[in-house]
This record gives sequence, structure tokens and C-alpha cells, in this order.
Amino acid sequence: MIPVDYYIILSAILFTIGVLGVLVRRNALIIFMSIELMLNAANLAIVAFGSVFESFSGQIFVFFVIAVAAAEVAVGLALIVEIFRSKRSIDVDQVSSLKG
Amino acid sequence: MTLDLALFLLLALIAIASALGMLISRNTVYSALYLVLNFVTVAVFYLLLSAPFIAMVQITVYAGAIMVLFLFVIMLLGAEGLPKSEVLPWQKPLAIGLSVLLFAEAAYLLVTKSRPVGNVLPPAEAVNATENLQQLGIALFRDYLLPFEVVSILLLVAMVGAIVLTKKERKARQ
Amino acid sequence: MHLSESVNTGFLFLAPWLVFFPVIGLLINTLFGHKFSERMIGAVASLASGAAFVVSVLLYVTVSGAHGEAMRWQLAEWMHIGTLSLDWTFRVDSLSTTMMLVVSGVGTLIHIYAIGYMHEDVRFKNDVGRFRRFFVFLNLFIAAMMVLITGDSYLMLFVGWEGVGLCSFLLVGFWYELDLLARPSWSNSFAAVKAFVANRVGDFGFLIATFIMFWAFGSLQFDKVFQQVPTVAPGVIIAITLFFLLGVTGKSAQVPLYVWLPDAMAGPTPVSALIHAATMVTAGVYLVARSAPLYSSVPEAQNIVALVGAVTALFAATIAAGQFDIKKVLAYSTISQLGFMVAAVGMGAYVAGIFHLVTHAFFKALLFLSAGSVILGMERGHHHAAHANHDNHGKGKKGKRKEERHDARAERSHSDSEGADEAHGEVFDPGDMRNMGGLRKTMPVTFWVYMAGMVALSGIPPFSGFWSKDEILLDASMHNQAAYWLLTIAAFFTAFYMGRQIWMVFFGEARHEAAARAEESPKVITVPLIILAALAVLGGALNLPFEGFHNLGHWLEATLGEVESLPLNLQVAGISTLLALLAILISWLMYARKPFAKDQTDPLASLGLFFKGMNNKWWMDELYHLLFINPYIKISYFIAEVIDWRFWHDWFHEKVIMGTYNWISFTGLNEYADQKGIDAFANGLGTWTQSLAGTLRKVQNGFVRSYALSILLGVVLILGYLIFK
Repeated sequence: MIPVDYYIILSAILFTIGVLGVLVRRNALIIFMSIELMLNAANLAIVAFGSVFESFSGQIFVFFVIAVAAAEVAVGLALIVEIFRSKRSIDVDQVSSLKG
Repeated sequence: MTLDLALFLLLALIAIASALGMLISRNTVYSALYLVLNFVTVAVFYLLLSAPFIAMVQITVYAGAIMVLFLFVIMLLGAEGLPKSEVLPWQKPLAIGLSVLLFAEAAYLLVTKSRPVGNVLPPAEAVNATENLQQLGIALFRDYLLPFEVVSILLLVAMVGAIVLTKKERKARQ
Repeated sequence: MHLSESVNTGFLFLAPWLVFFPVIGLLINTLFGHKFSERMIGAVASLASGAAFVVSVLLYVTVSGAHGEAMRWQLAEWMHIGTLSLDWTFRVDSLSTTMMLVVSGVGTLIHIYAIGYMHEDVRFKNDVGRFRRFFVFLNLFIAAMMVLITGDSYLMLFVGWEGVGLCSFLLVGFWYELDLLARPSWSNSFAAVKAFVANRVGDFGFLIATFIMFWAFGSLQFDKVFQQVPTVAPGVIIAITLFFLLGVTGKSAQVPLYVWLPDAMAGPTPVSALIHAATMVTAGVYLVARSAPLYSSVPEAQNIVALVGAVTALFAATIAAGQFDIKKVLAYSTISQLGFMVAAVGMGAYVAGIFHLVTHAFFKALLFLSAGSVILGMERGHHHAAHANHDNHGKGKKGKRKEERHDARAERSHSDSEGADEAHGEVFDPGDMRNMGGLRKTMPVTFWVYMAGMVALSGIPPFSGFWSKDEILLDASMHNQAAYWLLTIAAFFTAFYMGRQIWMVFFGEARHEAAARAEESPKVITVPLIILAALAVLGGALNLPFEGFHNLGHWLEATLGEVESLPLNLQVAGISTLLALLAILISWLMYARKPFAKDQTDPLASLGLFFKGMNNKWWMDELYHLLFINPYIKISYFIAEVIDWRFWHDWFHEKVIMGTYNWISFTGLNEYADQKGIDAFANGLGTWTQSLAGTLRKVQNGFVRSYALSILLGVVLILGYLIFK
């Protein structure tokens, strides 16, 4: 019998690691993977809650999140490839033409 | 300490360790492989939470399809590490500080304020896998049919978008 | 409505169409007239007026079915203020039916006549575009006159009263930039203004009377007012009736406000006939007849009204005898005849007054229209003459009409531009009787209809004017001796000036080339004249002074109450007839036995000062200038120059207001409030915004990770808020 709190703490830890990855790393691919990690952390929390409430909704939600994540990855990687083509680099700091 | 808890702690340790490995690794390929390990761990958690379908999806879609795609791209673009030239000196300490703060706040909020009551059901007491899958399928295609179809369109659009983005325009090259 | 509930209302529902038809006509001509031909415009206007006539006839049938009982048709509520409730209600009774038949009948004939008249008039005056405007105004007049006649309260009557006044103003000033002889001048405008101002004085009286009436009676509705007459003090009623009399003197051109009517002849001749002879100017007579219960209750006021009418009748008749302009003679004759009517209604002889109103509408409209025909003939003759002078081969005389007109217009513009033209060197007045003579041969139809009008007006039995005038004289002989003698002498003068006019215009030899070459008018002009001539000759049959023939009297009884139907009095009739014949004989001796020659002084001039007075209108205009207008101008000048300009403008406005304003604006507001206050604040705001933006700009460094960091900061802050809330 594992209390749901444990899952939640685990989820929070994974999420924070994902946030750190986005903020600290400059490699666009690593940042993207960190985002996937954050999504996973959230999924884990949702399924845990669904298990507590004995509801399918959590699982179905996660199913949709995975589908959306797949779409997101397809487009995101395509963007990264395109950025690499134009900048010859996957360093996100090189992509700073938005500055005011 | 029950067996359940021991299993949980072991898996949690692996998950956190692999996530940190992904974060710290200099080599992009290593990062990707750490992440695969992390995803597989999470899939086991799903099994423990009596969600076998999601666990399978996690392995096939995430650990399989998505991460393979990542690896393809890494190979396409080169896996070499970036030079250590930090243009934002305050970024790292600030990020770490804020992240710790975020974890503290999130954990506090989740555990105290919106605390769900009860324990996670052990897999033995959960319904068996086939029945679970059946019910999930019925819920998905009866109550959530429209979102399901919308997601299919979303995937199609994403596919088209990816193709359009990566396609080299011949005329531009000439 | 409640009055007519018991009787069959028949065609009563058509009453509003008396007003709507002319309004529809004028709207059509206003909106679409620019696409119509002249014939079409005239047809629309005439049909609108004719439709009103048809409605009048149907209403007559309805009312006679109800034995002249008054019927009312409420069209709309106008206003309700406290106890005062005013509606637009149409009142159809024997009096208003009589009036509407005259107005729409004579009006329609004049519309038709005007098609021919204005066709030539706009060409002589070189502005073809004004043809449409004329008919719009004419229809507007018919509509306003119908409102006046059918009004069920003094206020609705006043609406029409002002409406016809407006139309009069517009039509007198129709050629506002010309004078009587079509030279560029503002004199026609001044005539229009004079008519309007004189009417305004009268309207002031009308309004005061209305106010007193509302104060004393609490209502302006005819029936309600008349019911209360016995309960109101006679002094109040005298005040009301005398103020109404002031209105009457303005609208119906009585002494002392008659001066506008002769000048109003500046309008085109159909206007003179319709508005300033047949219909509008009789509104005053109608008002007195309509107010019969009021006037009948106060004999003092009646006497004053009768005397005003009688004095006007004689006074204007003497002036008419001294005029040389064909229309001026008729204008003064109209004033004189209106005096007869006012005297009649003043004496309580309402039927006689209305009877004379009807016959006068026939023969005076006829005379004016014939005079218009004469004037057109003279103008045609003048242009023939001018053409002949221009072209010695003489082709022009036999040329086609169209060609002539073209020539005439070309000539006009030519003479306008060159200044002096051989044929037009002298200013030709087509209305001056001294230029006429012998028109009997060149304009035979006009001559005969003019003769019909003349005998009717002069009071020769058995023509219409004799019967109506005789009835007035008969009433006067019984009620008011002074008025009787004044009117009898006026009748003498009437016959005299009409005889003088006939001899001067139609007999003898042509005294001007134009008269010799004058030409008869087209059918569209002569046919209405012939119809009117028939009415002028036979109109007397409406109310013959024999037992069983008092048709009009019985007809009007329902509205005006019991009227005495007087038999023919041979003494009165004999005196007036003899005097009329005598006057015509004298005029023959003076003007026809030895035909009036060119450049001859008028035989009347031997009367010396008396004739000078008649010719100069007894210097009334000069007197008015001396008494009213010059002091008025002086006062206005004083107010304008001293009070307004020097005091208000130079001192108060320039020095006080502008000085203070300048001080406040320059020193107070500009220097201190604006520059040091508002400007400083606004500039400071701008500077501050700039520096703040410069600082914040650095945040936008373009690094995605920094943006993500700021998002994280936001998330942390929000979670912190959730924890500590």
C-alpha cells in the first residue's frame, strides 16, 4: 500500500529536473527532451490520482497527452532541424534575433 | 517496509537518477538513452498503478517512437557537445534556486492543500488487464469519441507540418 | 366626430384629401419635376387642384344631404397640454364647403391658365427653370388655404392663415431679383417683404385675440367657444373681436394695413388673381363670418368693423380711379371690394358678405387673368415690334412662335449685355394703360371676357356683382347709414374706374406700337377665362333677392344661424344702378368720346390736388414712411450703431470680455497653467516613460532561456500566492 503522496513527490522531482534542463542546457535537443520529461512527470501524477479515485478518466487523459506529445515532437524536431539548417548550430543562444 | 514500498523506492531512485543523467550528460546520445531508461521506469510505475494500457503506450510511443525519432535527429545533426561559453552568467544559479523553490512549493501544495485521500490500489487488487483494456476502449470510443477524432486530425496536421518544415525547396536551392 | 355620429357621414372621410391632393401634387413636382415637360408639370399641379375640387363637390353633396349640419373628421392629435387639447380636425359645414368650392374651383381654373401664362412669362424673363417652382408654390397655397378653411379651431385656422401668408410671400417675390418691368432690382423682394411685414402686424392681432380667447374661454375650438359666448363679459369679446379685426385688416388689406396689396402685384398675374384677389385676401372675411356668434354679441365691435370696411371701400376706390397700371387699378379695386365684404360681415350680413366673396372671386379672378392676358398680348406685340425694327425685311411678323421666342430671348440677352438696344432703348411697361388702346380688335376674346368682368364688378344688373353688392347696400341701408353712403359712393367710383379702364385699354386707337401689334392669347389661357366669364355673369343666381331663390342664404343658415332673407328693395337697387350707369357715362365722356390720345394728360387731372392724391395713393406710403418706417429705421440705427456696436461691441465685447479673456488666456492659462503646469507634467511623463522603456528594454535580450526563466519566476510567484493566500 503506497500512499499517493509518494507518487506526487516523485512526479514533482521529475518535473523540477525537467525545468532545470530547460533552463540550464543550451542544446536544443536536450531542452526538448526535458520538456518530454516534464510531460511524463505530469502524466505520472495524473495516473496516480486516477488510481486513487478509481477512475478511467485519468488514463484517458494521459492517452491524449501522449498523442499530443507525439505530434509536438514531430513538429518540434522538424523545427530544430530547420533551425540547424539555417544557423548551423543547435545552440538556442544563437537564436536570439527576438531581442528588443 | 513492505515489498511494494521497496519496489517503489527502487524504481523512484532509478527514475530520478536517469533524469539527472539526462540533465547532466555532455553527450546528447547519452542523454537520450538516459531518458529512454526514465520512460521505461515510468511505464513500470503505470503497471504498478494498474494502468497496463498506458504502460504499453508509454513504452511503444515514448520509449519507442519518440525517442527513436530523437536519436535519428541527433545522428542527423551531430551529437557533439557545445562549447562551454556561458553568455548568461546569472542563468544557472537563478535557475537552480528557482527550481528548488518551485519543487518546495509544488510539493507543499500537492501534499497539504489538494491532498487526495487514500492509497494507490495495489496491482493485485485491481481488475485484470483484459477487463481494464475493454473498459478503457469502451470509455474512449463512447464518451471521448470526439476528442479522439480531434486528436487524430491533430496528428495528421502535425505530420503535414513536419513534412512541410523539413522539406527542402528545390527552387530556393537552385 | 361626435357631432356627426347621428347623421350619415357620406364622403366625409375624404376631407383630409383636400390637403393631401395638393401636397401630393407639389411633392411629385418637387421630386420628379426636373424630368417633366412644362405641360406635364402643369398637368400634375392642375390635377392635384382639380382633385381637391372633386373632393369639395363630394363634400358638398354630403353636407347638403345633412342639411348643412357641421361635420368633423379628426385626422390627428396635435397636442395635449393640461386642459388644452388640440387636434387636427377637419370641419365640414356649409360655410367651409362654400369656401372650398370657390378656392379649389377658381384655383383649378387659374392653375390651367397659369400653364399658358407662365410658359410665356418665364421666357420673357429668361429663366425657364422657374416654371416648376411656380406650380409647387401654387399647390402649396391650395393646401394651406384648405387647412385654413377646414380648420376646426382658431389655431388650425391660424396654421392655414400663416401658410397662405408664406405662399403669398414666396409668390410675390417670385421674380425676386427683378422689378415690375423685369429690370434687375430688388423691388419685387421689397414688395414681398412689405406684404409679409404688414401681415405680421395683423397676425400679431390675431395671436393676441387667440390668447385672450384661450384665457377667457379655455378653448380654441369653434363650437366650444361659441357655446360660452353668453357667459363671457362683453368687454372681453370686444377685445377679442377687435384684435381679430387687426388680423383681418392685415390679411384682407383693409385700412390701415392695406398698403401691401398693391405692391403685391409684383407677383405673376395668376398669383394676383388667385391669392391677392379671389382667395387668400378673403380669409379675413371668412374669419369674421366664422366668428359670427362672437361678433353678433357685440354691436360696438360690429360697427367698427363695418366702418373700417366702408372707409376702405371708398378710400381704395378713389385711388383706383387715379392709377395708370392695369393691375394696380384692379389691386385697389380688390381692396375696395374687400371693404364691401368686411363692411357686410361687420353689419351682421354674413350671407351678403360671403355671397359677395363668391361672386368677387369669379369676376375679380376673371379681371386679373384677363389683365394678364392683355399684358402678355402687349409683350408679344412689343417683341413683334422689336423684331420688325431689327429686320426690315419683315419676315419676323409672320414667323412661327418658336422662332419668335428664340429671338425674344436672344434679344433680351443681347440687350442685357450691350446695355442699350434700339428697340428696347425706352423701358417698355406692358402694364401701363397709357400704352394700350384699341385692343378690342387685336384681342377680341380677352375684350369680351373683360367686358363681362367689368359689368359684373360695376354692378350692372343682372350680372353677378349687382346682386351681391346690392344685398350689401340693402343691409347697410337698414343697419348703418354712414356705411351705406360710403359704400354707395364707393360703388359709383367702382363703376367709374372700371369704365375708365375699359375705354383706355380696349377702345380708341393704339397709343404704342406694341398695342398695335398685340396678339390674342392661346386657348389654354382663354378657355379658363371664358369659364370664369360665364360664372361672373351667372354667379348672381346663387342668391337672388326673390322669394324661393335665397339658395346661398338657406345653405349658410345651418352654419351662420338664422339669416334674414331680404326682398329686392327697388330704391336701393335703383340708386346704385343709376349711379353705376352714370359713372360709366361720365367715364365715356372723359375717355371715349374723344379717345384718349398718346401723351395726353389724364382728364381727371383737372381736379388738381384731388387727382394727384388719387394717383399718388393719397401719399399713404409716404405717410407710413414718415410715421413708422423712418422712426423705426432711426431707432434701429441707434440700436445698431450706438447700443450694439459702440456699447456692446466696442466697449463691452472688445474691452471687457476680450480684454479679460486675453489676460486670462495669455497670462493665466497659457503661461502658468499650460506651460508650467500641463506641459511640464506631460513632458515629464514622456521623459519618464522613455527612461523606463530604456531600462526595461534590456530585459528583452532575445535569449529563449531567459524568457523561460521569467515564466518560471511567474509560476513560483503564483504558487507562493496560492500558499499564502
